[in-house]
Amino acid sequence: MSVLSVKDLHVSVETEQGTKQILKGVNLEIKQGETHAIMGPNGSGKSTLAYTIAGHPKYHVESGSITLDGVEVLDMSIDERARAGLFLAMQYPVEIPGVKVADFLRTAKTALAGEAPALRPWIKEVNGAMKALRMDKAFSDRNVNEGFSGGEKKRNEILQLELLKPGFAILDETDSGLDVDALKIVSEGVNRAQEATGLGLLLITHYTRILRYIKPDFVHVFVDGRVAEQGGPELADRLENEGYDRFLTDTSVA
Amino acid sequence: MTVVTPEQHGLTAHSDGGWDASEKGFVPVQTRSARPQSFEHTDFAPVNGLEAEWKLTPVKLIKPLLDDALDGAPYAIDTEAPEGISVEWVARDDSRIASAGAPEERASANAWTNFEQALAITITGEEHSTVRISRAELGSTARAGHIVITARPHSNGTVIVESTGSALLSENVEVVVEEGATLNFVSVQDWADDAIHLASHFVQVGRSATLKHTIVSLGGKVVRVNPSVHLSGEGADGELYGLYFADAGQHLEQRVYLHHEAAQTRGRVSYKGALQGTGARTVWVGDVLIGPHAAGTDSYEQNRNLVLTEGTRADSIPNLEIETGDIQGAGHASATGRFDDEQLFYLQARGISESEARRLVVIGFLSEIVQKVGDEQLEARLHTAIEAELEGTIS
Repeated sequence: MSVLSVKDLHVSVETEQGTKQILKGVNLEIKQGETHAIMGPNGSGKSTLAYTIAGHPKYHVESGSITLDGVEVLDMSIDERARAGLFLAMQYPVEIPGVKVADFLRTAKTALAGEAPALRPWIKEVNGAMKALRMDKAFSDRNVNEGFSGGEKKRNEILQLELLKPGFAILDETDSGLDVDALKIVSEGVNRAQEATGLGLLLITHYTRILRYIKPDFVHVFVDGRVAEQGGPELADRLENEGYDRFLTDTSVA
Repeated sequence: MTVVTPEQHGLTAHSDGGWDASEKGFVPVQTRSARPQSFEHTDFAPVNGLEAEWKLTPVKLIKPLLDDALDGAPYAIDTEAPEGISVEWVARDDSRIASAGAPEERASANAWTNFEQALAITITGEEHSTVRISRAELGSTARAGHIVITARPHSNGTVIVESTGSALLSENVEVVVEEGATLNFVSVQDWADDAIHLASHFVQVGRSATLKHTIVSLGGKVVRVNPSVHLSGEGADGELYGLYFADAGQHLEQRVYLHHEAAQTRGRVSYKGALQGTGARTVWVGDVLIGPHAAGTDSYEQNRNLVLTEGTRADSIPNLEIETGDIQGAGHASATGRFDDEQLFYLQARGISESEARRLVVIGFLSEIVQKVGDEQLEARLHTAIEAELEGTIS
């Protein structure tokens, strides 16, 4: 069984005020097919964890390790991580002017598979996935994320999740900015992907509402750069009622 | 025609503010439409390279076109045009000549003074037609050229002029889009490495007429193409696009002037360039003038440059003058920078290698303009040409 393991991870970023420690010893283990929710207040380091796993150059790993089936992920380049089976659905997907969605998807699939997918079945698969996410066909002719609404950007991320079939996916605040209908459509897409491929999920969210549609097996509460508490789905219910205040009083909040 | 005096032509340093105008007895040109114009070469003072008009241009390399007598005879062209569309060489006294504008600088006036015949293309008919002109054998003789394109009322056409091979050419291109006509004009400069080409495009867009004007400059030692587009009829629409890719030692320049003259006109200017290799140099100047009668104007101009290597220089100078308060909107933007790291991260996070991601970003960046060309055959060729340009740097 495939395992993504984060051990004693310390991460910093350079800011105008100097080096800032963000992650201060994160431990986490996700097995294939499991869904983990990472919840926490703004600024607690949730997104930093997501981008560090994906390999964003802005984040410096001071110590610790991230392994995928025992292989050190931190030694891999960004694209090698993707080819090893990691996927990050971004909170703010960037626009790529002049690159059409259809061409982008095919290029990514080719890069991941090592060979171009056979054209006709691929187009059928893309169209099917787009239909399931209630995306118009004209979408594939548009430039990646250019002029997309917030909801369209998120659907486009989940479209890639379904088509690229990673082993582990990190969803960074995929629920933010979505109305309830869009949230359901996107959540269904995530659940479909998990059923189809048994992927491991790391769901990063500030709110509990996406957890109504994507059921977590484990919930980790992130505070000040580390996991402050963990438990089962019942922990999310408690956060829903109590908020994060309980955790914040224990730490120094400036 | 206004007589040009040296003082008005920027010979005096630091005259921009006009603070000493009363002492000196002259006022510098204040607005874009007030530049002196003349068809006569001798009306323009010799160029020393310090003039605002010329200071970003390698003046030494273009001396013959500024000062010498030029060969104004017709040259060899290949023409592809549907029946009924006229493409012909005409004499200087043809009524279509001087219908769109007049030179505002010395090289343009020199071409006007010296050309013997003009290549005249006239589009008629409401069904869309495409005219392709290619020229490849201009050689190293210093030449004067003149092209005049006329889109008759309610006609619909595409005119593509493609230039390859060596050249030492100064030319004027006149374009008149008459009432209700739709014209798509594309000028492709894919010259040989030693070519020097200076061009002024004078364009009039009439009432309810639509113009798409695209400049693509890829090859040549010095290529300077300056379109002046006048939205002179009510409801005229002008989209001005540009695409350039400068390699080591190339100078690619474009000075764009969009003049909203009449009411309810819409203008869009978008120029994108890439630079790679030591000494790659580009210049973009974008002047937009919204005149006193141009109520309801909707205008936007932008220039973006992507710097691929060290040792390049891109000048990008947007100017916006507004002479009426009653407009819908006017804006401008300019940005010159290296790769967007977030774009590269996004693509790499999907498994695409760094070199392939860079290639995609550059091609995508320039494709935005290619997508506007509106001629599949040419678009495909431009994609191939851009891929070829890139092969040098990104591996």
